[in-house]
Amino acid sequence: MSKYTEDDLREELKTKEYEYGFYTDIESETFAKGLNEDVVRAISQKKNEPEWMTEWRLEAFRIWSEMEEPEWANVTYPKPDFQEIAYYSAPKKKPKLNSLDEVDPEMLATFEKLGISLEEQKRLANVAVDIVMDSVSVATTFKETLAEKGIIFMPISEAIQEHPELVKKYIGSVVPPTDNFYAALNSAVFSDGSFCYIPKGVKCPMELSTYFRINEGGTGQFERTLVVADEASYVSYLEGCTAPQRDENQLHAAVVELIAMDDAEIKYSTVQNWFPGDNEGKGGVFNFVTKRGLCETNAKISWTQVETGSAVTWKYPSCVLKGNNSVGEFYSIAVTNNFQQADTGTKMIHLGKNTKSTIISKGISAGKSQNSYRGLVQINSRAENARNFSQCDSLLMGNECGAHTFPYIEAKNKTAQIEHEATTSKIGEDQLFYCNQRGIDTEKAIALIVNGFSKEVLNKLPMEFAVEAQKLLEISLEGSVG
Amino acid sequence: MLKVNNLVAEIDGKQILKGLNLEVKPGEVHAIMGPNGAGKSTLASVIAGKEDYEVTEGTIELEGEDISELAPEERAHEGIFLSFQYPVEIPGVTVTNFIKTAINETRKAKGLEDMPAKDMLNKIREKSNLLNIDRKFLSRSLNEGFSGGEKKRNEIFQMAMLEPKLAILDETDSGLDIDALKVVANGVNKLKSEDNAFIIITHYQRLLDYIIPDFVHVLHDGKIVKTGDASLALELEAKGYDWIKEELVS
Repeated sequence: MSKYTEDDLREELKTKEYEYGFYTDIESETFAKGLNEDVVRAISQKKNEPEWMTEWRLEAFRIWSEMEEPEWANVTYPKPDFQEIAYYSAPKKKPKLNSLDEVDPEMLATFEKLGISLEEQKRLANVAVDIVMDSVSVATTFKETLAEKGIIFMPISEAIQEHPELVKKYIGSVVPPTDNFYAALNSAVFSDGSFCYIPKGVKCPMELSTYFRINEGGTGQFERTLVVADEASYVSYLEGCTAPQRDENQLHAAVVELIAMDDAEIKYSTVQNWFPGDNEGKGGVFNFVTKRGLCETNAKISWTQVETGSAVTWKYPSCVLKGNNSVGEFYSIAVTNNFQQADTGTKMIHLGKNTKSTIISKGISAGKSQNSYRGLVQINSRAENARNFSQCDSLLMGNECGAHTFPYIEAKNKTAQIEHEATTSKIGEDQLFYCNQRGIDTEKAIALIVNGFSKEVLNKLPMEFAVEAQKLLEISLEGSVG
Repeated sequence: MLKVNNLVAEIDGKQILKGLNLEVKPGEVHAIMGPNGAGKSTLASVIAGKEDYEVTEGTIELEGEDISELAPEERAHEGIFLSFQYPVEIPGVTVTNFIKTAINETRKAKGLEDMPAKDMLNKIREKSNLLNIDRKFLSRSLNEGFSGGEKKRNEIFQMAMLEPKLAILDETDSGLDIDALKVVANGVNKLKSEDNAFIIITHYQRLLDYIIPDFVHVLHDGKIVKTGDASLALELEAKGYDWIKEELVS
């Protein structure tokens, strides 16, 4: 990422509109709206998928058809009409690329605007980028460096062709199509996403990173991410999102599955900045995501997320602590402003002995937004000596927003130790006056206070992501007080 | 430096300052004393620009310019510093980060670049040595879990870093033990120069044993009713405030 100065920030703060709300004019091929078995078949065919994949999708579609959209979350929104969504969109000029020179210049310009220029990424030489623009990946870098270590990092559509045995074995193994309404939908129609495999004993030498964008108007995005860390391997995976401004609501229903085998570690970081809707709450992305990781013996999965965008967020990155001594972590900052609604948290399912989980959730609400933490800590009867520590802090700005905490605790083993701490605070006039008196204006003071509040989580992010996240926090809360 | 003319200010419709006059010249130390509820802290807040207060009459001039319409941060950029009676806590923001932000925001307002990190570190080192401040406390969250003494020391440290023209110390001595009091007084004495000025708001005389004021004013019912030299403070200590009230009546 390019160096971000405070002047840049000031410049950005001047613009009230969503800063990444531009629209890339790339010819796209889009399916007619609507969903039925033929559409599912057509998606599969478009991607030249093998029979087993087509069947898997069709089965998921049948499951989905029987399901009802869930309503238990603390959010209200107009239900999407699933027959009014186009389920496939691919840039028409789909290129087979060997170098950046072959990338559509228009698309490169978009990346420039987003500050994720590939040239720079390449120069930085430490981040391999697999970019998902709409549904089809168009550029992949550093594949060779990774290949030397036997690491597979590619669009999942390619992985289905090139590594069918791996995909077939693991897809749906952590989040089966039957899991929930959106996971079933995703399983039926997922367009693309990333696949990552780290072989035994390999420590991935760079942060793997994917940038997602929603682009084609009215196209739902259904990414599928599958990360498999084989025994005693390590990988840090970064996912970042921005979306162009749009008038109609956009549906986003991704599925992310992580598998950490014995002694493996996966660190999965997300900065999510989908268009939240304008100041009146119009437009904005609906984000219904299922993220879950499975930990085998001595394995560790760590989720870190910074959620600043989306009109509606429904997301619970979870860990199934199956193996003995496995560790699950969840660090989250969720910011809601204006009319945004977030219902987010985690599930820590303790199955193995001596399993440990940590949950640090920071919710920041401003404007007329509603921010809910929903978390489940479940200690299975066989899970001797399980430990959990949860901390949920809420920060409120103004008098019209809401912060809610819904912690669920189910302990079926007497040796469990579960701690839950929760605080709610408000940015006070006296704090702001104190900062003002030291020469710090209100906007900057809020940024400072919010960054201080979020610090424990920001510290968990890889460096370049932390800078971007801090910037996003400031932009998201701009104009929220006074 | 500071000229307060016929200042009338109210909060929630209640008049607190009722025509207050005060002039402070560079190099001077003024003490403002008075009974509870006289308007001492209000005066400090109004000069610093706290928006809860409404100035209905009069002016506040800093170096000849009326600042009564400026936002609090603009007044800070002009060189006004208020040491708070109750400094706020900001969890997760270190003292160093806070003061760095304050200095750079002030520089930005003046069209200057951020202070280079090296200069900032040198300055922090210099000022903490000057004030005998253990640098360990600089990496703690601002005022979080600080003792009363540490909070006030932190205020004085920030004052040293920001180098204001006019520093107002609002009841900085309240709740301090004698050692902390000495640290504060020592800080003020070391920072005092021909070019800056101090207003010390205090309820008690004891801080004035260590910081010798050039003038002592007695604030009563929103006005300065008596002005004298350092000896007035001693007299107040010995006799209380009632005799002044009686003087006013007669």
